[in-house]
Amino acid sequence: MPGKLKAKIVAGRHLPVMDRASDLTDAFVEVKFGNTTFKTDVYPKSLNPQWNSEWFKFEVDDEDLQDEPLQITVLDHDTYSANDAIGKVYIDIDPLLSSEAATVISGWFPIYDTIHGIRGEINVLVKVDLFNDLNRFRQSSCGVKFFCTTSIPRCYRAAMVHGFVEELVVNEDPEYQWIDRIRTPRASNEARQRLISLMSGELQRKIGLKVLEMGGNAVVGYLQCFDLEGESGLVVRAIGTACTLEKLSNSSAAAPPACNSPSKDIKEPPFSEDPNPNTHSSGPSTPLKTQTYSFSPSKSYSRQSSSSDTDLSLTPKTGMGSGGSAGKEGGPLKTLLRQQTQSALEQRGASSSRIFVRTREFPFFTLTSFPPGFLIHVGGVVSARSVKLLDRIHNPALGNTRSYKLLDWNSFAADEPETRDAWWEEIRQEIKSHARALGCHAVVGYSESTSICEEVCILSASGTAAVLHPKFMQEGCLDGYSDPSRLEEPSPPSCGFCHIPYDELNIPFPAHLTYCYHCRRQKVPDVLFTTIDMPAEAAVTGKGCLIQARLCRLKKKAQGEVNATAISNLLPFMEYELHTQLMNKLKLRGMNALFGLRIQISVGENMLVGLASATAVYLTALPTPGGIQIAGKTPSDITYEQHISNMQKKINDTIAKNKELYEVNPPEVIEEVIGSPIPEPRQRSRLFRSHSESSDEVSELDLSHGKKDAFVLEIDDTDAVEDIHSLLTDTPAPAGFYSCNTEIMPGIYNWTSGLQMFTSVRVFRLSNANLTNQGLNKIFNDLCENLLKSLYFKLRSMIPCCLCHLNFTVAVPEDELIQVAVTAVAMTFDKDQAQENWKLGADKTHMKAIVENEEQLQFPLELCTESPSTNPFSPCRGTGLQESANAHATPRAASVDYSSFADRWSSWIELIRLKAQTIRRGSIKTTSSLEKASPLPEGRSRSLRSTRSYAGSTVAVVKMTPLSFIPGTRIIKYLGIINMFFIRETTSLREEGGVSGFLHAFIAEVFAMVRAHVAALGGNAVVSYSMKECVFMENPNKNQAQCLINVSGDAVIFMRESELEATPAPPQTSCSGGEVTT
Amino acid sequence: MGKMSVELDVFVGNTTIMDEEVYQFWLDGYTVADAVRVRMEGGVLQECEASAEVLHSDTMDQFRTFQMCERLLHCPSKLANQLLFQIPPHRQAMLIERYYAFDDAFVREVLGKKLSKGTKKDLDDVSAKTGITLKSCRRQFDNFKRVFKVVEELKGSLVENIQQHFLLSDKLARDYAAIVFFANNRFETGKRKLQYLSFQDFAFCAVQLINNWTVGAVDNMVEDMDVDLDKEFLQDLKDLKVLITDKDMLDQHKSLVCTALRGKTKVFNEMEANFKNLSRGLVNIAAKLMNAKDVRDFFIDLVEKFIEPCRSDRWTAGDIKLFLTHYTNSVHILDTFKHQVVWDRYMGVVKSCILKMYHD
Repeated sequence: MPGKLKAKIVAGRHLPVMDRASDLTDAFVEVKFGNTTFKTDVYPKSLNPQWNSEWFKFEVDDEDLQDEPLQITVLDHDTYSANDAIGKVYIDIDPLLSSEAATVISGWFPIYDTIHGIRGEINVLVKVDLFNDLNRFRQSSCGVKFFCTTSIPRCYRAAMVHGFVEELVVNEDPEYQWIDRIRTPRASNEARQRLISLMSGELQRKIGLKVLEMGGNAVVGYLQCFDLEGESGLVVRAIGTACTLEKLSNSSAAAPPACNSPSKDIKEPPFSEDPNPNTHSSGPSTPLKTQTYSFSPSKSYSRQSSSSDTDLSLTPKTGMGSGGSAGKEGGPLKTLLRQQTQSALEQRGASSSRIFVRTREFPFFTLTSFPPGFLIHVGGVVSARSVKLLDRIHNPALGNTRSYKLLDWNSFAADEPETRDAWWEEIRQEIKSHARALGCHAVVGYSESTSICEEVCILSASGTAAVLHPKFMQEGCLDGYSDPSRLEEPSPPSCGFCHIPYDELNIPFPAHLTYCYHCRRQKVPDVLFTTIDMPAEAAVTGKGCLIQARLCRLKKKAQGEVNATAISNLLPFMEYELHTQLMNKLKLRGMNALFGLRIQISVGENMLVGLASATAVYLTALPTPGGIQIAGKTPSDITYEQHISNMQKKINDTIAKNKELYEVNPPEVIEEVIGSPIPEPRQRSRLFRSHSESSDEVSELDLSHGKKDAFVLEIDDTDAVEDIHSLLTDTPAPAGFYSCNTEIMPGIYNWTSGLQMFTSVRVFRLSNANLTNQGLNKIFNDLCENLLKSLYFKLRSMIPCCLCHLNFTVAVPEDELIQVAVTAVAMTFDKDQAQENWKLGADKTHMKAIVENEEQLQFPLELCTESPSTNPFSPCRGTGLQESANAHATPRAASVDYSSFADRWSSWIELIRLKAQTIRRGSIKTTSSLEKASPLPEGRSRSLRSTRSYAGSTVAVVKMTPLSFIPGTRIIKYLGIINMFFIRETTSLREEGGVSGFLHAFIAEVFAMVRAHVAALGGNAVVSYSMKECVFMENPNKNQAQCLINVSGDAVIFMRESELEATPAPPQTSCSGGEVTT
Repeated sequence: MGKMSVELDVFVGNTTIMDEEVYQFWLDGYTVADAVRVRMEGGVLQECEASAEVLHSDTMDQFRTFQMCERLLHCPSKLANQLLFQIPPHRQAMLIERYYAFDDAFVREVLGKKLSKGTKKDLDDVSAKTGITLKSCRRQFDNFKRVFKVVEELKGSLVENIQQHFLLSDKLARDYAAIVFFANNRFETGKRKLQYLSFQDFAFCAVQLINNWTVGAVDNMVEDMDVDLDKEFLQDLKDLKVLITDKDMLDQHKSLVCTALRGKTKVFNEMEANFKNLSRGLVNIAAKLMNAKDVRDFFIDLVEKFIEPCRSDRWTAGDIKLFLTHYTNSVHILDTFKHQVVWDRYMGVVKSCILKMYHD
């Protein structure tokens, strides 16, 4: 027995009246873990019972501790009839399993019922005594820490980044089991909640095992999602980045956490935190991605051995072998499973060595901001999507629907999870090859998502191709990168990441390159798109802003393969359109880079909805963007000409206004960079529309338009007119407001302590059946704009403030419904604080940071030793490995195989030709890069005025934020991951205030439950919070509605910096937030 | 018709966002549409480049939030302990205080009435008469009733009990004490002759009565101590009748007062002429108080028997004060009068009440 779980039920309060006669309740509590149940005495006739129970003890193995939640049910005793359930509390034990996290769970938890919502509160104490596990072949992965945060958590340092971990588990959805026809909605909801809780626990445990296998001790950027596939089942999948973290000792190390100061914390990415399954970014555009739209009915996949399965099944095997862990399972069933697993494994012939190969197969990182020196170059966004047909998950063993104990899928219908795995494997390969084509050996800011409508599922993955410093990596983790020339001569941190990773003479796509406007030493693209947060040390001019591209496309209703094919055909157009919109809007703001790009395409029965969000900035290192020039196609008509010139004027005015608004005033440069060896731009076809995130902007027009503005919008069809209109209808945020979808706004450093996290959901009903694409687009556009306006209005009392991490999620829940959900945080900043001071301070801090970070990041050299490459992949992998071996290797020519790429490119071009629009980009005036406003802010926020004093309240205040930090504070402890799933249902929708009343209450309840769990762990905040799922269904005719919400985040304890200073705290010198590119 | 309609629209903040102005509209029983209109007229749109649509969405949202909070406001101590809404304490205090605040015009209509269903049914008349929305009238009425029910049977100080259970400010708790006290004793306040009196006049009188005439004035640990009048005391008041029935005593009393006031007031002659009437009036009120029915008429009696005669003789407030002081004190010199304690207890309150009530 490796562990003893102890629970004590102290008291209840605010219970509902269960006995109408007495207006009171006779409450008692059942405490259940696994198959063991204890009960408290009945506390008669009270709404505030004091049970003060004994300690209930469960002797369990740690595997179960990881998988199972502690289930507390509050009931009303009834002598004559069945006891009525009041509600339940599920408590995740996981935070108690890590020695560094929480030691006790103690506090008031809302008692939750899926039909009635919160019904009073219960005070509970939970402890775990873990015995040393003598069995090293254990199933559990207790002690592996999980973080939703997509950067190295503050108060830790990364000793090693091991790489990508992923896993998925599949089960039948209880909602679709036959028994659901005869059980109550409450029973069905609870079955689902419990199943998902179990599956999440199991998933986490399995990922933990992989991490241990890799030698790591933590997963950062942990992103778990559900695919509710309806009839075909329930998939819970997760990805993350395995790391070895070391806790920074309080004295010396406190320094790095100093980065909590808002200023430097330019770190968290918008991304991983809201992994809505539906949402995800597709690449902005590498031309590469075209070919990704493969449509393959799932049936076609049979037993490919997929990565995750192999790993899964392997572990049990070892466990069995040692004999240690067998039999601790709940019952014979499980043992049976194990055996099957084992045999399955043998059949497959997987060997343990395979694991090692596999773990390095995907050099993906879910991180969006990085330790200094980690990120060397960024190539651009890579993305892949694929349309699949869902098939019923066939599972004979699960025919009996009432076993919620998770079954190891692999052992049963091995096909199915493998199918899911194979789908993802396929997409990841795609991503990997895209990255390779960009001369990159890694993908950062990586995320995956799905959108499901009936039996069709769109799988999406996206990330940013990048070159990472090999010394940060475990051997073999990356391969294929070479061109050490760049390593030889470290670029300045403020611009190095912009320098192209690919070979300029062998550019995989047409791109317009210039010498870096910052250092003048390396080439940079003219536009850079990424999915990551802007590196803290990046030099920017002015402030950034949120940019969204919005698009709806009608589609015929169809079934099966016809439907899937139709969707597959539409996708590339949508991506292309979204990309064009993004590019236009970027130009319109006079900016040249996007961070945090997230493209979500949601599928409905009769339409596809696409939403791309990103934070635009002007990177000082990149050239000044040209304007947008409108060209008419039929110049004969005078009024038309007039129209065009009016529009042109409007556009020019808008650009000028935006430059002023966002303070984008790079110094004008008169002269073209001398000797810029830009490859001669070739005349290209008229298509342009940048499709590469990065920089594969086609520079075709360079010559024809001379040095004038480039980026020509040719108005030759209604689409283009529409485009322009939508460009101009985007209203800027009201005065005093800024917004971004990254962690913080580039250009704002002096955050104060005002903080308001919120979730807003809107559902629109399209009442007119005869909508055109244009009409639909306009509606969708207005919808998003109005939602933003509402947010600004709501939060106007916080001005000056910035909406950070604005994360939109779209869904098409029913035929004529569009749902948009937003979670973000509004943070106040000090407008009057002199920017100059910040900059001055920043420079110094920055330098210091560089030095200290260098020291901090010295890894043991042996970790970087060369290893034989096993990667069958790239032609250049030899060099890559070598590269990783020596931190500063000798230059070697990067050779990337672009041949296949070229093919794709041409097909992409074909595709684009279909569109009659032309957008051309031309040359750009060069700017002197002299201005290096290193925007590193000083370490802490100056004004520490505490927003609110909650003194006197008996309920602990818990802050929530989607960011990884809270301005003006330092996180002193991570208490564990919060990952909660709730279902709420009502059969009295009208009485609960209609759909809005119902959802409003539910979201408030979810917040309350998250806060209660955090407080019970001893925490005072949740960071990296996200609402990953919000599935809302209604049937107003039946007066019914149901909603599923999944949220996650990291529970932490933070302290105000002012408090820390009061105590003998270490000086806050370095900024770990500052990243340094070597 | 537009091509789309908002099916669902919610905004939930980790810290619950509440706009005091919108809260007041909600409390005042405005419909969302009315509140939006008034807000637009107030110029809030310019604040943030908002549209009517935005304003509507915000108003709806806040109204919904308030509605969800209302259940908690019914038991304000829950508001501090609940987990559903994270509301800073000073905002909680604001929510409670405003929720329990009432309109003077409304309270004057129901002050002293039984807080029964019957009264509640008549609220539409009250609404029509006062111009306060029916919804707001109901809230105020329900607040009165809720407070009444909770403190009705509690021991200890009425004001403190109200404060403790409803977390109200000192001032508001005192007002509620007055409302509860009036409702319990069913004092008549609605007669035309009493219309000139404000709620604050009555509230002041209530404090006097609570502090001096209730059971709690002598024993502070009994139930209802501040709500019920001291029966024994009321009984004893009969004994004061001797002041008007004993002719010698009446004459002696009058001459003592006249001696003291001569030359000190412009209405001396009127006072002298009216002394016996006034004294009879005051003493008769006292003597009748043992009947519950006459307790209800306490204020109307004070007005009819004392205030009106003085007013018609154009006494000033100073005259009243002078008179009542000497009227009360002179009794101490009457050696045949044996009920000095009861007299002082009675006159102390009556004097304060009359002084408060003597205005236009």
